[in-house]
Amino acid sequence: MAVTVSIPTILRTHTGGEKSVSAAGTTLAEVIDDLENNHGGLKARLVKEGTLHRFVNVYVNDEDVRFSGGLAAEVKDGDNVTILPAVAGG
Amino acid sequence: MLVIRRDLVDAMVAHARRDHPDEACGVIAGPYGSDRPERFIEMENAERSPTFYRFDAAEQLKVWRGMDANDEVPVVIYHSHTATEAYPSRTDISFAGEPEAHYVLVSTRDPIEHELRSYRIVDGVVTEEPVKIIES
Repeated sequence: MAVTVSIPTILRTHTGGEKSVSAAGTTLAEVIDDLENNHGGLKARLVKEGTLHRFVNVYVNDEDVRFSGGLAAEVKDGDNVTILPAVAGG
Repeated sequence: MLVIRRDLVDAMVAHARRDHPDEACGVIAGPYGSDRPERFIEMENAERSPTFYRFDAAEQLKVWRGMDANDEVPVVIYHSHTATEAYPSRTDISFAGEPEAHYVLVSTRDPIEHELRSYRIVDGVVTEEPVKIIES
């Protein structure tokens, strides 16, 4: 089950500069674990205390995963996962 | 240093004034590698709050996709402070996720004189930079 993951500029230090990498899994959590195996350090930038970090937005096929189960969101072979830094502040 | 056309500065200030007392936010896209802001994009403040802003996640994806398709990057990310000075708050710093962007703050706390300043925010470190406005 391979998906394509788009990596934002700020996280590309973990992927050797690659904009897009491939990962495996049936849920977003599994995809992130697989990313971590190949690109150490990414998981800590995405997940905090078992949930998605508020500093990032993650989309599966353009759908914000906050509305489709968060880390439990299902992914299928060929899906596109997009990570963007959340733009927010006070 | 941020070099920016006057009409773009005016557009940010107008947006900030219009949404006052809520914070206004948006992006100015520019060609990749140019460091030149060109395409003004007002964003919805999903928080509609006088003390917080957040790009709507769905709108942000659409806008970021559009920039990708045009070979553009977010050269400027702006938002307003409506009761405090134009300096990044602690929350601004913790969220700052675009190390190559110029973070522009517009303060509308004074009803007549606005304050506009620009910063780089990289790894939690804020560096103010001069703003050079060019006549458009």
